[in-house]
Amino acid sequence: MSTVKQDTRLRDILGTSALRPDGVAKVMGSFSFSSDMWAENMLWGATLRSPHPYARIISIDTTAALLISGVSAVITAQDVPGKATYGLISADQPVFASEFVRYMGEPVAAIAADHPETCRRALAAIIVNYEVLAPVVDPELAMLATTEQIHPDGNLIRHQKIICGDPQISGDITVEGHYTIGMQDQAFLGLEAAMAFPDSGGKGVELHIATQWLHEDRGQIAACLKLPEDNVRLVLGGVGGAFGAREDISLQVHCCLLALHTGRPIKMQYSREESFFGHVHRHPAKIWMKHHATKEGKIVKVESRMVFDGGAYTSTSPAVLINGITHTQGPYQCDNAVVDGYAVRTNNPPCGAMRGFGVVQACFAHESQMDKLAQACGLSPVEVRLINAMHTGDKLITGQAMESVAPVERCIRETDAIPMPEPLAANANVLEFPGGSGRTADRQNIVRGIGWGVSMKNLMYSEGFDDYATARCTLSNGIASLKFATSEVGQGFVTLAPQIARSVLGVDDVVFETSDTQIGSAGSTSASRQTWMSGGAVDGACRLVRERLFEHVGELHNIDPIRLMIEHTDVIDTIGTFRISVTEATQGITLSETFEHHHRKTEDLDANGQGNCHVAFAFVAHRAVVDVDIELGLVKVVQIATAQDVGRVLNPLSAIGQIEGGIAQGLGLAVMEEIIMDNGRVKNPSFTDYLLPTALDAPSVVAIMIEEPEPQAPLGAKGIGEPPCISVTPAIVAAIRAATGKALSRVPVRPQDICL
Amino acid sequence: MTVAVPLSLIEAFDELARTPDARLIQGGTDLMVEINFNHVKPVDVIALRRIKELRTWQVNSNNTITIGSGVPYQEMEVGQLKELLPALAEAARTVGSPQIRAAGTLGGNLGTCSPAGDGLPVLFALDAIVHLQSLKSSRDLSIHEFMLGVKRNARHTNEIITGVTVPVLDGWQGYAKVGVRNAMVISVASACLAVDKKNNSVRIALGAVGPTIIRCRDAESWLVQQLDLTSATSIDTTIAQEFGRRVALESKPIDDHRSTAEYRRHAVGVLAQRLITRAYTS
Repeated sequence: MSTVKQDTRLRDILGTSALRPDGVAKVMGSFSFSSDMWAENMLWGATLRSPHPYARIISIDTTAALLISGVSAVITAQDVPGKATYGLISADQPVFASEFVRYMGEPVAAIAADHPETCRRALAAIIVNYEVLAPVVDPELAMLATTEQIHPDGNLIRHQKIICGDPQISGDITVEGHYTIGMQDQAFLGLEAAMAFPDSGGKGVELHIATQWLHEDRGQIAACLKLPEDNVRLVLGGVGGAFGAREDISLQVHCCLLALHTGRPIKMQYSREESFFGHVHRHPAKIWMKHHATKEGKIVKVESRMVFDGGAYTSTSPAVLINGITHTQGPYQCDNAVVDGYAVRTNNPPCGAMRGFGVVQACFAHESQMDKLAQACGLSPVEVRLINAMHTGDKLITGQAMESVAPVERCIRETDAIPMPEPLAANANVLEFPGGSGRTADRQNIVRGIGWGVSMKNLMYSEGFDDYATARCTLSNGIASLKFATSEVGQGFVTLAPQIARSVLGVDDVVFETSDTQIGSAGSTSASRQTWMSGGAVDGACRLVRERLFEHVGELHNIDPIRLMIEHTDVIDTIGTFRISVTEATQGITLSETFEHHHRKTEDLDANGQGNCHVAFAFVAHRAVVDVDIELGLVKVVQIATAQDVGRVLNPLSAIGQIEGGIAQGLGLAVMEEIIMDNGRVKNPSFTDYLLPTALDAPSVVAIMIEEPEPQAPLGAKGIGEPPCISVTPAIVAAIRAATGKALSRVPVRPQDICL
Repeated sequence: MTVAVPLSLIEAFDELARTPDARLIQGGTDLMVEINFNHVKPVDVIALRRIKELRTWQVNSNNTITIGSGVPYQEMEVGQLKELLPALAEAARTVGSPQIRAAGTLGGNLGTCSPAGDGLPVLFALDAIVHLQSLKSSRDLSIHEFMLGVKRNARHTNEIITGVTVPVLDGWQGYAKVGVRNAMVISVASACLAVDKKNNSVRIALGAVGPTIIRCRDAESWLVQQLDLTSATSIDTTIAQEFGRRVALESKPIDDHRSTAEYRRHAVGVLAQRLITRAYTS
């Protein structure tokens, strides 16, 4: 018999910097990513992709490929038994192109063979006869009715306007600008990979996959395979980052189809180059924005026109567009607005979800505008933002009331109070200069600049979507076992979920069951939503189990369960002396409960863009200090100071990780990360030429987390994943403007934009 | 694909005689990328990495240094090589990541002969001699005769690049490279400048702004007329500027996805001005 442990301190509860359970394995290289999967008797799958941005397929001849020894299957559009298309919002993307290819890299066929090299040869042996067409690549032209419609659904994916207050009103002062945002890639490190196992008899399939949302994938896959959803089981493979790029289908359907065709397990994995063609990117956008203000700098009205290039297929473009236009005002009070937004289809690569989801684009424009407004009114960047800062209860331009805690002023003031970095020392290490290891700059070539960015970001899905999350908690013999379909993509839910269970149940040992589709949906790991949504589900399930535990203990020991509570690792009687460890209390019994967490309902926007379309919001301020080599146009971001509205810090180490990582990603968009297009062709599909920030590019980050618990949130905590990457980009660009005097209306800022 | 792993040059030549079309691999930082991209599919590969003779360097009695083609860049960043050839040390530091610098070599830069090869402007500025050896003979070629164009060189297929010899100069030397991030980046434009006080000459070589590395002979000879390179302790800003302008004129850059011709031309002018200023700032 175990003895009663008294006053054992619980480790790794909420609020502590509990370590990732998979951290050591990832650092040591022993973590199994989905590309590490292997099976007896498996075949390799590979994809044939279009070399053209736009072409008519005249014919596909697979005869020669099928004759190659080692090739087991070659499949094309005609081999898709169910729905020929898929898509997150609109099923407009073919599993395989049949009549037209609409972007460079679009899948045309897939093969299964005994070795990757056989796959390569077989792909080369498939003869596709194309009639090459002139691609439509300019969204402004594409949206015109007179332009060739490149898809049966037309070129205009969505148009939405917002009209709020008095559209005719004007202010003493107006400032306006045209802004351009380049195409950023999520550039996760763990490439797309999956393994599909066919059921014997071919009536079902099990797919192990690195994804952001198992259940959404399953629905789309099952429809294309023409199988009942129950016969398609998805299991989460090890995911090496996502950032939005794993929301859409990539190789899922192809892999399952090949498995069902061959009756053998199929392994598929993309190379880095293929990955650039295999997933969606951040929407490039062109934004015109005009602010009307009083001469004191108070915003009277905002006007904007936003055009998002959605590429060849819809993906999440309609939702990205809504996020963009509904965040036109930024974290500022604004009573009047006229906004016109377009998401447009072109023959560029499909664009969809990426960290910040439409708000990144809007924020670059509104923050650039705020600096123009400051200048026009003779205010500092901080003053103009404080004058206009939004508060809880303010009405948004959609008519929705800001119900979230909105500590915008605090974010700005606390960021402003962070000490500036030391001036660049005369004997500073040249590696810290702009140009870094290239030793291009001398001390006298460097000018320092300071810039600001503040942002607002919606959390969870919008426009009436019920993106609920499900979790099950099972408590037995002092061990809590958690089951959920939540995708761990690096964000740290595998750290947080046990923290919640420990805090609620007073247990030390928490184990996970497999994350798969054998439980209800958890929704997507996106929109900064899993801590709130899946966290709420785990919390709810654990609380239900705790109630059952109290009932059980109460009955056994004749105590009213209402008197019981958890103290550290024990169940105690709050008005008596009874005490029993949770371990002892759960010997030989199993308590199991499932809980679904739903956020409050939202609604669609009406024709004038009015409606309570968002669930909640989070805020952040960024101040960037940059050193610029003005003559060469090279930049070193020295320091990012930030104060972020987080609600409540559940794991300080995880939180700072999100903040530093998001800042690096926003820095990338500010000064280097861009997929370069030339008439529909991607010019830099590699990490040699798609540049991600390195350690020498990363700034020092000084972060303050503002804790004002959010009443709507189950744990009081807001999502923290997206805000760090949003306003840091305009802050950096503003700092470069301050150093150089250049207008800089485009990101990424290129060296020639500064010095020529 | 066969991979031979000779332990000596003699063994390597035997392998090369047996498989005359074999691709030579040293650190593999170029060839492996090409293979991964399926751009080349070599049937036979001869790995030179275990050949100890190629991994050594020495200071010669005539005040020159011979560096084996298999010496990794990380060895050039430190110690005596850094003291005697500071420009090479600076160039070596700009190559890729620490992992790449542990593998990459001058032999690889020479074998590939990309105009963006980080070590090549140094070899051009120092008038390096490239040592080539075959089973039966050996020859020395000036770097200027060795590099013929973009990824083209004068190596015969039966030859192995065994090393380079460069002079130890009396005078300042340095290297600078422009890339769009602060480390681990392919060159957008680069320059190496070396002052040779003994011969009252200055040499400047540009990378990534033409089909080969470009030595700016006109700018070099112009500068010698403006400045006594041996005795000068400072340089007028106007002379440095004009030097930069003249260097830029000698570049032959192109537009590509990494940058524009206009920016590259501008950048090498700025680099030249800064390097010559560094050379004459105590």
